[in-house]
Amino acid sequence: MDRMKRTPIKEQEPKVRAANFEEVCLGYTVEEAVAEASRCLNCKNKPCTSKCPVSIDIPEFISHIKESNFEEAAKALDKYTALPAVCGRVCPQELQCESKCVLGIKGEAVAIGKLERFVADWARENDVDLTKEIEKKGKTVAVIGSGPAGITCAGELAKMGYDVTIFEALHEAGGVLQYGIPEFRLPKDTVVKHEINNLKKLGVKIETNVVVGKTVKIDELMNDEKFDAVFIGSGAGLPKFMGIPGENLNGVFSANEFLTRNNLMKAFKSEYKTPIRPGQCVAVVGGGNVAMDAVRTALRLGAEAHIVYRRSEAELPARVEEVHHAKEEGVIFDLLVNPIEILGDEKGWVKGMKCVRMELGEPDESGRRRPQAVKGSEFIIDCDTVIMSLGTSPNPLIPATTEGLETNKYKCIVAEEETGLTSKERVYAGGDAVTGAATVILAMEAGKKAAKAIDEQLSK
Amino acid sequence: MYKILEKKVLAPSIFMMKILAPRVAKAAMPGQFIILRVDEKGERIPLTVCDTDANEGSVTIVVQTIGCSTRQMEGYEAGDFFYDFVGPLGVESELISEDKDELKKLKIMFISGGVGAAPVYPQVKWLHENGIKADVIMGFKNKEMVILEEEMKSVSNNVYVATDDGSYGFKGMVTNQLQALVDEGNHYDLVVAIGPMIMMKFVCKLTEQLGIKTVVSMNPIMVDGTGMCGACRITVDGETKFACVDGPEFDGHKVNFDEALNRSTMYKAEEAVKNTETYCAAGGIK
Repeated sequence: MDRMKRTPIKEQEPKVRAANFEEVCLGYTVEEAVAEASRCLNCKNKPCTSKCPVSIDIPEFISHIKESNFEEAAKALDKYTALPAVCGRVCPQELQCESKCVLGIKGEAVAIGKLERFVADWARENDVDLTKEIEKKGKTVAVIGSGPAGITCAGELAKMGYDVTIFEALHEAGGVLQYGIPEFRLPKDTVVKHEINNLKKLGVKIETNVVVGKTVKIDELMNDEKFDAVFIGSGAGLPKFMGIPGENLNGVFSANEFLTRNNLMKAFKSEYKTPIRPGQCVAVVGGGNVAMDAVRTALRLGAEAHIVYRRSEAELPARVEEVHHAKEEGVIFDLLVNPIEILGDEKGWVKGMKCVRMELGEPDESGRRRPQAVKGSEFIIDCDTVIMSLGTSPNPLIPATTEGLETNKYKCIVAEEETGLTSKERVYAGGDAVTGAATVILAMEAGKKAAKAIDEQLSK
Repeated sequence: MYKILEKKVLAPSIFMMKILAPRVAKAAMPGQFIILRVDEKGERIPLTVCDTDANEGSVTIVVQTIGCSTRQMEGYEAGDFFYDFVGPLGVESELISEDKDELKKLKIMFISGGVGAAPVYPQVKWLHENGIKADVIMGFKNKEMVILEEEMKSVSNNVYVATDDGSYGFKGMVTNQLQALVDEGNHYDLVVAIGPMIMMKFVCKLTEQLGIKTVVSMNPIMVDGTGMCGACRITVDGETKFACVDGPEFDGHKVNFDEALNRSTMYKAEEAVKNTETYCAAGGIK
């Protein structure tokens, strides 16, 4: 075996998977996982761990896999993370843990994410019970939002003995794990449901269908329902539109709407009642992970699917693995292209999108080369559906209905970086609600830090 | 799970349900709505709050069967449960935050079309409880379809019922009734119109000519109802608004009704398919 090369992992054939919603990556077998784990050099200074936002002791859990002791590996992960089956699948490991793997200097980094996923899946399939006896503290914490930040914060607090209730606006817990990330990257009935059940096993109560700010306000939770502290993990779910003509034609959707219909409401299954219409030819505007999820969903629903992105391939913010998967499946990339108008037919339906070609100019403050329109390069992309995937911002509902909760000019809640404490006493916040749209693992890190700070505050 | 406490048929294909949802009952204000999901495979549908009883913890909704989900709901009885019931959503009616003495000086006319009488009722009732009497025009297809007339009479000044075919009350559309009242010399400072989008469009056309400020309650397609998807977006005064969080009430003279009407037909073909599927045609599975 070549130590510099990764143990290959099985995936569904591109042609087959482009027509179904089953998971693309099939995961390691026991033998493959042990082989891959054996590549780890067990570095003393653990550079991989230093780049993991929740500081998982990576060499430790991998060493248990090497010895085929998967239960110990699961326990080693559980010390640091509440969502290993999720993070093993959706973290951008190439920018985090795997980016610092020593093997990556001369060869391929250890497949840390795939190993994490293997352990979590093995533990689920073999009913490993990670619950321990917890001594109750007799104090209550309300967690707003059941996405990665809220789940992590709630899980950590429950393990410390707090009585935790999560309030979720939608009818299913999980946040973006439910409505945003599609089945083919993150299966719902197995992986997500299991992680939520683990939370319930810890004693966390989940109240769905509660829109905090409308159904109940934070001050009411603290004053009337006597919660000792509140953690806000309400995310950044407000979609952006371009503001170009034609954006309200029939057939134009936000990626959030398109993905919510498909993932949360399961519109791709005919026995579910929520309709979805991808049309014949779909143009997804944007280049992030959400754009990749939307375009691959449209493809699976039978459309010819395009990514329309104003910069070049090198600047695509999506994970390399997802771009690669999308290409294999037949997604067409229209790069250095920017829409300027959506064109409609006489009945008010999308019939095309007027675009301009772009070129990259000098780097801007963020270091990315600024795209500029090429004069006279207008052309039309024929399409009947347009999906806008331009990013999201935090919903202003909670700050607007909570007195004394400070926000910044991006409508993000202002919170201390190390503790998540907001401008309001005993109210903490973390994840996308504070940072704007970021990643699952960063939200988890924030949830974890806030849990620690809440414990310190309430233990005083 | 949300228990159905009471069910009453008000007219052919229109029924009232009282649902046990204490948090919603406590928080809901006139003008707001809820989102309901019948069962595990159900879609999320928006329905306006018609009445609440905070002590009992109940919320009353009025439903007209028009498609798959509402037909399925029709098959449910008191004692059955719906999977999900979330709210209150949207912004409460503007009237509630206005100075009550100023409101007393205004001559307010509410106009409802069909099942739109249900969302009009809590607003008129709220005004009544605050010592303000409003007039109401209620439009229906025919006598058989008249609903909530007694309830409305008990909380308002004058109630004018109009039917398209003249089988009861005034013969004609709500716009004809309004015009007739104005022709008789009545004056109105404010119109609040709630009903089918096409009715609200024509009310606005008329009140624009008459120079009466008009508020409408928009009913576009919704999914989450919390502002995270924009399915319900409409154009008001040239700007895109999300009806679920910025509305549902808007200045009717600034709403782009043609666009809104067009957007409401987006899933017509898909809905027709769902409607013909057996589990829907059967009238509900519990």
